[in-house]
Amino acid sequence: MQDKVKVAGGTGLSAEDISSGKIFLTEDSLDCAYAWDTGVAINRYLAELKKGRIIATQCKKCRRIMLPPRLFCELCFIPCSDWQYVRDTGIVNTFSICHVHWDASRIGKDEKPHLPAVIEIDGASPGMGIMHILGEIEPEQIKIGMKVKAVWKAEEERSGSITDIIHFKPL
Amino acid sequence: MRKVAIVGAGMTKFVRRALETPKELSYQASKVALDSCGLTLDDVDCIAHGTAPDAFDGLHQNGEYMVDGCGGWNKPTMRVYVGGGTGIHAVVHGWHHVASGLFDTCLVVCEEKMSSALPHAQAFFLTIFDSITERSLEPNLLWIFALEMNRYMERYGYSKEDMALAAVKIKKNGLKHPASQFSEEVTVQDVLDSEMMAYPVSRLDVSPVSDGGAAVLLASERVARRLTDKPVWIEGVGWSLDTAYWATRDLYYPRYTDTAARMAYDMAGITEPDKEIHIAEPYDPFGYKALHHLEGLQLSPRGKTVELLRDGHFDIDGNLPICPSGGLLGVGNPIAAAGTMKVCELFWQLRGEADQRQVPGNPRRGVAQSWGDLMQVSSVVVTGI
Repeated sequence: MQDKVKVAGGTGLSAEDISSGKIFLTEDSLDCAYAWDTGVAINRYLAELKKGRIIATQCKKCRRIMLPPRLFCELCFIPCSDWQYVRDTGIVNTFSICHVHWDASRIGKDEKPHLPAVIEIDGASPGMGIMHILGEIEPEQIKIGMKVKAVWKAEEERSGSITDIIHFKPL
Repeated sequence: MRKVAIVGAGMTKFVRRALETPKELSYQASKVALDSCGLTLDDVDCIAHGTAPDAFDGLHQNGEYMVDGCGGWNKPTMRVYVGGGTGIHAVVHGWHHVASGLFDTCLVVCEEKMSSALPHAQAFFLTIFDSITERSLEPNLLWIFALEMNRYMERYGYSKEDMALAAVKIKKNGLKHPASQFSEEVTVQDVLDSEMMAYPVSRLDVSPVSDGGAAVLLASERVARRLTDKPVWIEGVGWSLDTAYWATRDLYYPRYTDTAARMAYDMAGITEPDKEIHIAEPYDPFGYKALHHLEGLQLSPRGKTVELLRDGHFDIDGNLPICPSGGLLGVGNPIAAAGTMKVCELFWQLRGEADQRQVPGNPRRGVAQSWGDLMQVSSVVVTGI
């Protein structure tokens, strides 16, 4: 039984196989465009962000105050119609210091690393975090559990987007 | 439900960039699996196949494109897709086909070709994030792993060295796998010295980008006993999806793996998994992730996993060998195919056919698990002889 073939195929190519023209390639470049309707709950969330406020929904049954706000509670599966403002402060649940762009290219020597974090927002239920980025802090000073506050764009520059918050800075 | 056995397995080499197309890789893996149990396509009743994001291939509905390579011509064929979870989810899917009594044999085939996507397959993961509340922050896939790894380390006081040790031990196993895309051993220092990509994730903490295919042949008890005197039974299956609001669940513990594992253990009649399981193939795209998943699989007490790792508990000759194949870190990570490779490994290990990688002591029961989507799905298969 030991001599049975278990692995076959999977022919590795080298860069030279390609550059020498030994292997033919066909290429295409897709240019896709989308416009996403923001939905019932997130539309209100974005409208409030434009006003410089963060709003959540609360479920009548499990009492969770949820971010981002939802049309329905995914646990209780009932509609959420109670809207509540929460604060624009929170604590860092976890963070990263990222030296890679979204397409895996490396950041340049003069660029600062990206500082993504999960931030548990004050006023929402414990553990209700959103993903955002940190700023106005040196990477080595970031700690899990530190308090942070949203830094908002100037009112006239806000567009109803999660990026109306520029970043969260230490409080 | 009827008993279902794995009766054949096969795979291609995992390579950074393969000459073969997805269809050809599917054929190569399928053919080896069929030959391994002396069957031909005429003996196959149905096909369960899997491939992860269509975006890698730039072929919409890639499953249909693959179908000929999977032997699906004019047969009942179904594709499942749960991101990185696909490779084991497809086996669960195939199990349904046979356990239900509808079919006596099912060929399960998973394939991934990541090298076609330019400039890098990672770019296409941007589109797994929420299009409205997250994507405008220009996230990259490494963010979520780095955020999860950091949270996990912080929760239990694990260090980057600890996480590197997991990667080193798993990669070492892979050097003995004939399909591995690696040939050199790495040390903990190599991992720590490798490029910092997204703290705490360094380059060698991460599994590679790969092309490859893997397949298993499933059969009902009646057929399995005719084909082989060493069927490997699928004793339990489980799967679970957690919420896509990923930032609202504490990332230190994989709840989705817990739920999926308990479902599979219940079906298999396992009450003490850490004693009753002899080999584990937890999903290991990163070193930390293997440990994280071991805790979710109830194979290691929460917060004690590094201690056990250091003590050699998870080594090939330890009490509970993990990733004897070498895993995604040591063999390669062609997404959907990587999960199926883990099931191939259990098949070979439990039959005593794993050659140089053979776990000593005649292991009789194993578990394989894969993970994917937006860090939210686990698929689990328990096998035994």
